[in-house]
Amino acid sequence: MIAGSNLEKVINSGEFVVTGELGPPKSADGDFIRHHAEMLQNHVDAFNITDNQTAIVRTSSIACGNILVQMGLDPIVQMTVRDRNRIAIQSDILGASALGIKNMLCLSGDHQNFGNEPGSKGVYDIDSMQLIKAVKDMRDENKFIGGEELEAPVSLFIGAVENPFADPFDYRVDRLEKKINAGANFIQTQGIFDLERFREWMKRVVDRGLHEKATILAGIIPMKSLGAARYMKNNVAGITIPDEMVDRLKGTEKDKRKEEGLNICIETIQQCQEIEGVGGVHVMAVAWEEVVPDIVERAGLYPRPSL
Amino acid sequence: MIVAERKPLSEIMEILAPYQNICVLGCGTCVTVCLAGGQKEAEETASAISIHRKQEGKDANVEAFTIERQCEYEYVDEVLERLKGYDAILSLACGVGVQTMVTHEPELMVFPGLNTQFFGYPLEQGVWTENCLGCGNCVLHLTQGICPITRCSKSILNGPCGGSQDGKCEISTDVDCAWHLIHERLEKMNKLSTLQEIQPPKDWSTSHHGGPRTIVREDVRIDSGE
Repeated sequence: MIAGSNLEKVINSGEFVVTGELGPPKSADGDFIRHHAEMLQNHVDAFNITDNQTAIVRTSSIACGNILVQMGLDPIVQMTVRDRNRIAIQSDILGASALGIKNMLCLSGDHQNFGNEPGSKGVYDIDSMQLIKAVKDMRDENKFIGGEELEAPVSLFIGAVENPFADPFDYRVDRLEKKINAGANFIQTQGIFDLERFREWMKRVVDRGLHEKATILAGIIPMKSLGAARYMKNNVAGITIPDEMVDRLKGTEKDKRKEEGLNICIETIQQCQEIEGVGGVHVMAVAWEEVVPDIVERAGLYPRPSL
Repeated sequence: MIVAERKPLSEIMEILAPYQNICVLGCGTCVTVCLAGGQKEAEETASAISIHRKQEGKDANVEAFTIERQCEYEYVDEVLERLKGYDAILSLACGVGVQTMVTHEPELMVFPGLNTQFFGYPLEQGVWTENCLGCGNCVLHLTQGICPITRCSKSILNGPCGGSQDGKCEISTDVDCAWHLIHERLEKMNKLSTLQEIQPPKDWSTSHHGGPRTIVREDVRIDSGE
């Protein structure tokens, strides 16, 4: 056992993992996060807490992670390199760990020009690869980036993201391998709509045995409407949605599209379960949290293991 | 070269509003080449100021001329007496030129007429692109002559990130993904495996993050008295 988080325990048990995602509010309302966490708590093993997602200012991921710890739940605190230099990042890693947070997901973060403070200065002192290695070195080598020793190591289960739908495609498995070599224990992918491409990526992952070095969680995003599908297809960096999928929603009667979006989501989960090397799913239903229990149940992934 | 753009005329008019006797001073090097602050632009700017002031009924004496480089004292010295005759100098040099003149002759009222943009080169007529940040610790030997510090929006050293799509950056389809280009070049040269090496965090102390920089070269300094 590395950090002893619930996520790590479920992974070690060999069960198919389900993680969910919570987006902190644009307010200091702690009940907002408690309410959404309660909605999902029996249906997911751990909760990603986004770090100022799409570069929009929200309550800090570590603060919300602490709320979950107080509720006895298992947060996966997201940490981007966009807003902090290595001093602040390492300080926050220590702080998160001190608050009882046991999982950290390392990523670069959406560029600041997407958000509500487009005039802000992007930090990017280190990159996501270097962040993964920094957390690992603070945990396993007892060392800060600068080489100085910690007074005591941190205990964190390290996550990273990979996008099988980004380019160049040939590099995407190399990059995954690099992240695992840097220290990632688990991987969450970008939302999957193009299953054919995901299968090809997973085949290459399995050929290299990478699924045995880190647990691969397939990213799932339920589509609420045709507009949401089109928006993601055209505006969200790193997401590709095949035309057939948009057409399927378009061909459905308007008042049944939400249901059809859920059907697509559940089929995607079931197909991912069939793919060799996939260790679980990461369901991203930010601003549509209430649908997650239904998705998990209909996908046959309920009840969740109690360890 | 240093690439700049002229400030909006409205801002220039506002900056110069209190002054009557104005010199628009062009600079003959980088900003002449990038068509922002040479003699031609100095004359155009001067006549725009004159017309504007006439329209406002606040006539001003506005003259335009250019020196080779505003960033070296010896060129400034050649016209120093003439410059002292003006209430205000609108410098069409980069920020380096403006500050060189102010430092050399604090009496001069020098104002910037340009927004200094970046170190770059002309991609084609009328298009300039940034390709160096002056970080003080060049990595171009690692990245096949394509700078990720400047040309990757996140300055990452272990790219490309998950926002790279069809060779373009997540911030805009008008921006090339530098790491896509690096990957392409490494692939052609059969050196893709070098990308698997984890590049450590960069030492930014050699850049502006280490504080304002000064280079002292003892080997080329002239000792006083010699």
